[in-house]
Amino acid sequence: MTVQSPVIGDHLHHGAEHEHHHDVAGTTTLGFWIYLMSDCVLFAALFCAFAVLRGQTAGGPGAKDLFDLSYVAVETTFLLLSSFTYGMAMISAERQRRSATLAWLGITLLMGLGFMGMELHEFGELIEKGAGPDRSAFLSSFFTLVGTHGLHVTAGMIWMVTLITHILRRGLTEANITRLTCLSLFWHFLDIVWIGVFTTVYLLGAS
Amino acid sequence: MSAHAHANENHGSHGDVKSYMIGFFLSVVLTALPFGLVMSGSLPSGTAGPVCFAFAAVQIVVHLIYFLHMNPKSSRSWNGAAFVFTLVVLAILLVGTLWVMYHMNLNMMPGMMSSQ
Amino acid sequence: MFGKLTLEAIPYHEPIIMITVAGMILGGLALLSAITYFKLWKPLWSNWLTSIDHKNIGIMYIILALVMLLRGFADALMMRSQQLSAAIGVNGGHGYLPPEHYDQVFSAHGVIMIFFMAMPFIVGLMNLVVPLQIGARDVAFPYLNNLSLWLTAAGAILINVSLAVGEFARTGWLAFPPLSEAAYSPGVGVDYYIWALQISGLGTLLAGVNMITTILKMRAPGLTMMRLPIFTWTTLCANMLIVAAFPILTATLAMLSLDRYLGMHFFTNDGGGNAMLYINLIWAWGHPEVYILILPCFGIFSEVVATFSSKKLFGYKSMVYATICITVLSFMVWLHHFFTMGSGANVNAFFGISTMIISIPTGVKIFNWLFTMYRGRVRFETPILWAMGFLVTFTIGGMTGVLTAVPGADFVLHNSLFLVAHFHNVIIGGVVFGVMAGLNYWFPKAFGFKLHEGLGKLSFWCWLIGYYLAFTPLYILGLMGATRRMNHFDNPQYLPYLIVAMVGALVIFAGIGSTILQIVYSVWQRKTLADLTGDPWDGRTLEWATSSPPAFYNFARTPVVHGRDAFWEEKQEGLPTAPEPAYAEIHMPRNTGTGVILSAAAAVLGFALIWHIWWLAILAFAGAIVVAIGHSFNENRDYYVQGDEVARTEGAYYQKLGTQEA
Repeated sequence: MTVQSPVIGDHLHHGAEHEHHHDVAGTTTLGFWIYLMSDCVLFAALFCAFAVLRGQTAGGPGAKDLFDLSYVAVETTFLLLSSFTYGMAMISAERQRRSATLAWLGITLLMGLGFMGMELHEFGELIEKGAGPDRSAFLSSFFTLVGTHGLHVTAGMIWMVTLITHILRRGLTEANITRLTCLSLFWHFLDIVWIGVFTTVYLLGAS
Repeated sequence: MSAHAHANENHGSHGDVKSYMIGFFLSVVLTALPFGLVMSGSLPSGTAGPVCFAFAAVQIVVHLIYFLHMNPKSSRSWNGAAFVFTLVVLAILLVGTLWVMYHMNLNMMPGMMSSQ
Repeated sequence: MFGKLTLEAIPYHEPIIMITVAGMILGGLALLSAITYFKLWKPLWSNWLTSIDHKNIGIMYIILALVMLLRGFADALMMRSQQLSAAIGVNGGHGYLPPEHYDQVFSAHGVIMIFFMAMPFIVGLMNLVVPLQIGARDVAFPYLNNLSLWLTAAGAILINVSLAVGEFARTGWLAFPPLSEAAYSPGVGVDYYIWALQISGLGTLLAGVNMITTILKMRAPGLTMMRLPIFTWTTLCANMLIVAAFPILTATLAMLSLDRYLGMHFFTNDGGGNAMLYINLIWAWGHPEVYILILPCFGIFSEVVATFSSKKLFGYKSMVYATICITVLSFMVWLHHFFTMGSGANVNAFFGISTMIISIPTGVKIFNWLFTMYRGRVRFETPILWAMGFLVTFTIGGMTGVLTAVPGADFVLHNSLFLVAHFHNVIIGGVVFGVMAGLNYWFPKAFGFKLHEGLGKLSFWCWLIGYYLAFTPLYILGLMGATRRMNHFDNPQYLPYLIVAMVGALVIFAGIGSTILQIVYSVWQRKTLADLTGDPWDGRTLEWATSSPPAFYNFARTPVVHGRDAFWEEKQEGLPTAPEPAYAEIHMPRNTGTGVILSAAAAVLGFALIWHIWWLAILAFAGAIVVAIGHSFNENRDYYVQGDEVARTEGAYYQKLGTQEA
């Protein structure tokens, strides 16, 4: 039985390269992307529920009675701006400009807070006038769909604060840039979901 | 450090300022238009749905291209494949649920036809 | 302070439960005492609980599955014996189990068998084997892998606690509303169900992300997709189904919990709710779920049939395409679970036809296995016996499935015992036989010694005969009109069938006992049963290229692949008999306790939510977030194994090989 004897030096060198990082950044972002795909399906299920239950107002108020489109337009602007500012943060990070990155992240955070503040205010108002999630199936699905999106935005903001801390501590390391990339995928994805939300819930509700 | 930054640039390049500005501008327009149309009430009844969905679809594509940097090359990557698979699943789930529930409500819930 | 929790939650008045719980507590205490006595706490923590090694994680998943098999099967014995006892007149024809208890038994039986037996068993085998099959050192995200395991365990713990504290759901394993709503299930049972599944479901989803990324990104050089072992292909497709389907379960259970906790109206009878929406969504998850269970088992059979027929798998390409077809089609058949709910002829016809179409790629696979065995040199050892049992049993189950796929027929058979027999036919014939084959096949790789062959064969025959005795009567009863989930029947004609079914259950019990005996005996006789070469079955795929068990880093040098059945090719060219002169250092991840801690917090969170102990829920949730964020600041995550340590490990292996051959 012959022994496999490749050129030893060759394989060691070959081997050493393969023992090293299997494209860690690419692997991590692929994994995160796949998770994001699963999140798409989660939202799809909630969209399904909303689509089926949108007319079930149980004698209570419906979309036309409750939604203020100009308010939603302002909310949307906050979120859209935040996608833009996050993009600026990514470009700064890629150019290894730490302060610029942190500044853009801070502005993104402010935009996010603006969005969430408006959403919570809207929810509060609805509940106060008796149009809370327990009023009807329509309202249950509204609060849940929009609220789940809001929870994701909030989680993203907590993540952003954590990342800012990481960058303050260690700078724009490869690991931190990978994290920033994942958060950027998350943040833009949330904006895409919001397009679906304002179209299906608010625009179609009001028309 | 710089070598690693370069490695990052190869896959998932983070775009440049111009692409974000174009994406942002297009998104603003694609948001303002449907909002304006609906708020002014100038859409004939029954057309609001298709019109708004069309704007949404285009804006989503704008986001995918200018913010998420998807391009024809990326569609051949694993990210692209995962995305296509997810789209298929989403389509089946949404269309399937709407079709099924429409018929269920029609046959089994006489007082409760969901108004879409 | 304690929400709804009072001492009344402990079911003092139910002797069966109290005895079982006492047994579980005593058993648990005995185990804890043994660990303390043998001073095993530190190795348990360092080598197992905090392990991020896919092999250890896989083994722990399988241990969980085997333990929960006992609980789930106890439920099965109770169901059979209750129906029989009623039929022979016990308690005036009502049997020994009160209905509210029986309802929990059949609900727990389904939940445990699917979520805490079958899923962990399969995930465990995928974890153990796939990284080895692709020539990798571990999965893509080892820490996440550890977390997934413990989240699953947390869910299992909640289910077990429900026996002792409170009650379980009485709704069946899918908890349909309106019965599962607060109005009709005001107790904690459905809440135990919801939180156990949400917590373990998160673990499963993360495992799906992990496994897909691993297979796509961590393959050895030269291992193209069309050279992957079939088990890896089916694992990839099953995990795609997990990622695509489990979010639907998460969303639907979340909506149910919002109804229950916050008075919303998704699925309630009032307020505009629509219970049919739940059923539609839950089955949109539920059907892909059964394919998540069966596809990896198809993969196991592909490996086993090829290895034990001493022949390469027939029709590799068609196997891959069939698997992909099944993956996509599995999303297009879900309505066949509720033909009778009233969507009308057109909708029913579409889904009936799609269901019949999905049986075609499965048929392709069956023929491929048969053609692999044809003109092969079959070695009739335990794993291939399971495969042969599967070929016959699963085919019959598939045929009864195609029968019920005809909507007209299903109007008669839906929710009858015929249906129950059909799905046990495919699940036992397919999934159980598959994991048993996998257990016997890969056990030596995991532990370094084979399982005893005689007891393995005994277990197989008991399961095979037991299955047919237990479920053929149910097919007949179903055709005679018997409905499922009945705690007793009033029809005296059923009695002989119920007797045969009980006998069958007892024969299966003997099969389970044989497996336990087989494991215990094999551990005792491990020196005699040792696998010294790492290739006890003359295998074809890369996992057999390592020692048994493999070194913690799997491969000293990442293999380079040139074709399918990579290890078989290597063997034809001649395996090395000596270690290499030098080895490069290897980058490995460190163990972590974060997964255990987060999952413990999740279990406490679940318990607190179930019993409405809000302060505890907030505390547990906040704690989990803090720990998770804190973990991201841990920079001590990896280390390098020096070349000389690798050399020592490899040297020892080759020395053992040398003494064995000499």
